[in-house]
Amino acid sequence: MSASTDTAARRFTLFPTLSGAAVAGIAIAIFLLAFLVLPVAQVLYVAFLDARTGAFTLQNFQDFFNTTLFRESFVNSFYVSAMSVVVATMIALPLAYITTRFNFAGTAAIQALGIIPLIMPPFVGAVAMSLLFGRNGSINLLLNQYFGLRIPFMEGLNGVILVQSIHYFPFILINLSASLRNIDRSMEEAAQNLGSHGMRMFRRIVFPLAMPGYLAGAALVFIKVFDDLGTPLLLNVNNMLAPQAYLRITGVGINDPMGYVISFILVVFSVFSLWASFLFMRGKDYATVQKGGGGLSRRDLKPREKWLAWGVILLILALVLSPHLGLLLLAFGTIWSFSPLPDGFTIQHFGTIFTQSSQYVWNTLVYAGSAALIDVVLGSAIAYIVIRTGLPGRKWLDYMATAALAVPGVVLGIGYLRMFHGTQLPFGMGQMSSFWGIIIIALAVRRLPYALRACMAALQQVSISLEEAAESLGASRSSTIRRIVVPLMTGGILAGFVTSFATAAVELSATIMLVGRSSDAPLAYGIYLYMQSPAGRGPGAALGILAVVIVALGTYLSQRIIERERSRQTTAGDQH
Amino acid sequence: MTQTKAGIRIENLHLSFGETKVLEGIDMVIEPGEFFAFLGPSGSGKSTLLRAIAGFGPTPRGRILIGDRDIVNLPPWKRNVGMVFQSYALWPHMSVRRNVAFGLEERRMPTSKIAPKVEAALETVGLLHLADRMPGQLSGGQQQRVALARTIAIEPQVLLLDEPLSNLDAALRVQMRRELLALQRKLGLTTIFVTHDQEEANTTSDRMAVLDMGVIQQIGTPQQLYDHPVNSFVAGFLGTANVLDGAFDGAHFVTKAGQRLPVTARSDKATRIVLRPQNIRIASSGDGVSGTVRHREFLGSQIRYLIDTPDGQMIVDTLHATGQPPYGEGATVVLSIDSQSAALLED
Repeated sequence: MSASTDTAARRFTLFPTLSGAAVAGIAIAIFLLAFLVLPVAQVLYVAFLDARTGAFTLQNFQDFFNTTLFRESFVNSFYVSAMSVVVATMIALPLAYITTRFNFAGTAAIQALGIIPLIMPPFVGAVAMSLLFGRNGSINLLLNQYFGLRIPFMEGLNGVILVQSIHYFPFILINLSASLRNIDRSMEEAAQNLGSHGMRMFRRIVFPLAMPGYLAGAALVFIKVFDDLGTPLLLNVNNMLAPQAYLRITGVGINDPMGYVISFILVVFSVFSLWASFLFMRGKDYATVQKGGGGLSRRDLKPREKWLAWGVILLILALVLSPHLGLLLLAFGTIWSFSPLPDGFTIQHFGTIFTQSSQYVWNTLVYAGSAALIDVVLGSAIAYIVIRTGLPGRKWLDYMATAALAVPGVVLGIGYLRMFHGTQLPFGMGQMSSFWGIIIIALAVRRLPYALRACMAALQQVSISLEEAAESLGASRSSTIRRIVVPLMTGGILAGFVTSFATAAVELSATIMLVGRSSDAPLAYGIYLYMQSPAGRGPGAALGILAVVIVALGTYLSQRIIERERSRQTTAGDQH
Repeated sequence: MTQTKAGIRIENLHLSFGETKVLEGIDMVIEPGEFFAFLGPSGSGKSTLLRAIAGFGPTPRGRILIGDRDIVNLPPWKRNVGMVFQSYALWPHMSVRRNVAFGLEERRMPTSKIAPKVEAALETVGLLHLADRMPGQLSGGQQQRVALARTIAIEPQVLLLDEPLSNLDAALRVQMRRELLALQRKLGLTTIFVTHDQEEANTTSDRMAVLDMGVIQQIGTPQQLYDHPVNSFVAGFLGTANVLDGAFDGAHFVTKAGQRLPVTARSDKATRIVLRPQNIRIASSGDGVSGTVRHREFLGSQIRYLIDTPDGQMIVDTLHATGQPPYGEGATVVLSIDSQSAALLED
């Protein structure tokens, strides 16, 4: 992981005017410019160009808003994102409140609830969900049989909302729980002391204090849903923005201006909501656990409340587990149509994917592994440059890398297509835009912000006095980095690697645009291909199970690493 | 502002956290309008007792009466007991004005009545000009005053102060405690003040209760407790104490080492006495207990000697007068006491 800084340090003799950190910084800046800033800037720029003449125009936007389909897509994307936030809040709020305010035996179950959805990419569960909740899915068949009614869970946009909110509610749960946990109990006791209690106290004191955390989570959910391509595609909901962009570029062609206009709108919305949540958070960090505070106020549940709490949690658990359950049924079932359960069970689908589709798995391991490696190398180098050097403009490395958060996968994919289309690679590797290596770079750029945060956090844990001690004992800067800094950051770097790997392994939005041949395709694309036809659903679900296993293992590993690091940090902290 | 003065009566109060007993057999009566302190080391149960009066924490066994109403089974929001938290607990998302108005709003008071009451409360603590600030923009002392204003705005029957000065710096602490006392006198509110600092308790309270291990050790005025502690814990907690073991023989207390000290107070049971350092006279010769100066500390107005005697080390304070040379380390001295200055201990 010290590779970039080490090579940089060795080049010191070749470029005597630049320090090692400066060389590394410039190299990273060039990488980010070439693979993030320029492609995205080009997409935004092309949105304002006349497709034929190349002159500056606003005509494209006018065309966009004059087309019924696009107006509808715009409204739908907005509606689906907003409703997903609402539904996700309805799921997350009771869970967060129960775990942080009561002594409740089911807290472990709730924590599991917060992780289970994240280990399955939403598009993987989408088809399974329509088999369970769809018009002729298990639930509606049973409802119809016993009560003579059907509930349109999965009809059109409802399906996207349901699948997305089940997948993304943990973002709200995690942020909201953290905020609730940071409220000192004296805040609530003071309210009770002055005559407030129950829902009124929750509305006036507790929720406003938890608001920043809630909004951070809600903004994240909104943006993730707004930008997501895979779920609507798999549910065959095409009248939303991201699918429209994809369909225009792949169907009409790389020069169709509508794809760029949609990309522009997606980026503007992403930037706007990230900026809005930042503005709202600023100066409102209500971490109120303070000196003389009493920690968290938890109380015991009365028996009736306990049953109610368990009821709510089991209901949510059933809902959250339903994509996994559906996927299992699909992967091990023979034929599953117009019946609550598949007709029979088989392991044949797994045989199919191992004989026919093992390249997907292999490609995924290579792509996600390389992308994660690039991420932690860049991440720790940027972290070091930003936190430990006085390089001018170093903050911009951080800003640029973090800006990837605001770039939807579709937009990055379109950007690469536009920029590298027609660029021939040497040695007969073909066009750069369809070269498999570009998928790795896309994945790396998409996951860099997360790896960067992990590396930053890891470096901030390393007390600067440890480095100063090494330097005062005669270690050079590069040898201090190699022997002190990197070993102490290992835990954080590993956690960053595993997280990047696991999430890159199931990324679909950017890769779907960049896959040149089926033999170069990763797992996520394979699932997408299989799920297109009813006959392919079984093998598709089997691939999906594989993807879930990879992500679950990755999540588990990174949790273990983080926990081990934390316990090491606390024991080390005792010596101070 | 008019408050109904109410006394507090606590009867046989027991409280435990799971298996751990935190309060045992607490009995006390606090008079209406009294400024009363709970004094004790951390873990003594003083904060737990205060929180039990406010209604926080596990429900205790026993009775807590405010006026003649037993409040043990009432939820906190029905007690009309005002509490100022150690951390102030000002809500950061509300302005000073809205913080102070909160309790009145919860009482469903019409808006037209709330505004003047809020202003009056802020006026009382001298912060009316900061009414529209957010708590984060205030200094520690100002936050403290807002917390106080927020509590007195609801015109509680009883005011509880949980270590209110502990988050302030030393100079501000002295000023705030004077202001607190002045405010309490003005409002005539029955007030309980929790502190681990005996100086704070001494300077503010009419009476105080010393707690240790969840049990009340002694209740009385600060001077009573200092001059006549009932046991060595109270004696030691309220100031430096020389505790001597021995037995009475006529007009004298005979220490273990056989020294005879004149003591007016009389008890057949007592086997320990306590002597305050400033009540012991030190001289280079004469009648009394002889000893050797082991160590000397210059404290400014006083000089503190650590003196080896046949009964162990004694601490002796003498006033320092400029020009008067102190006894050197290793010097032989003679210690003597007045017969009224010793207090008898029960333990």
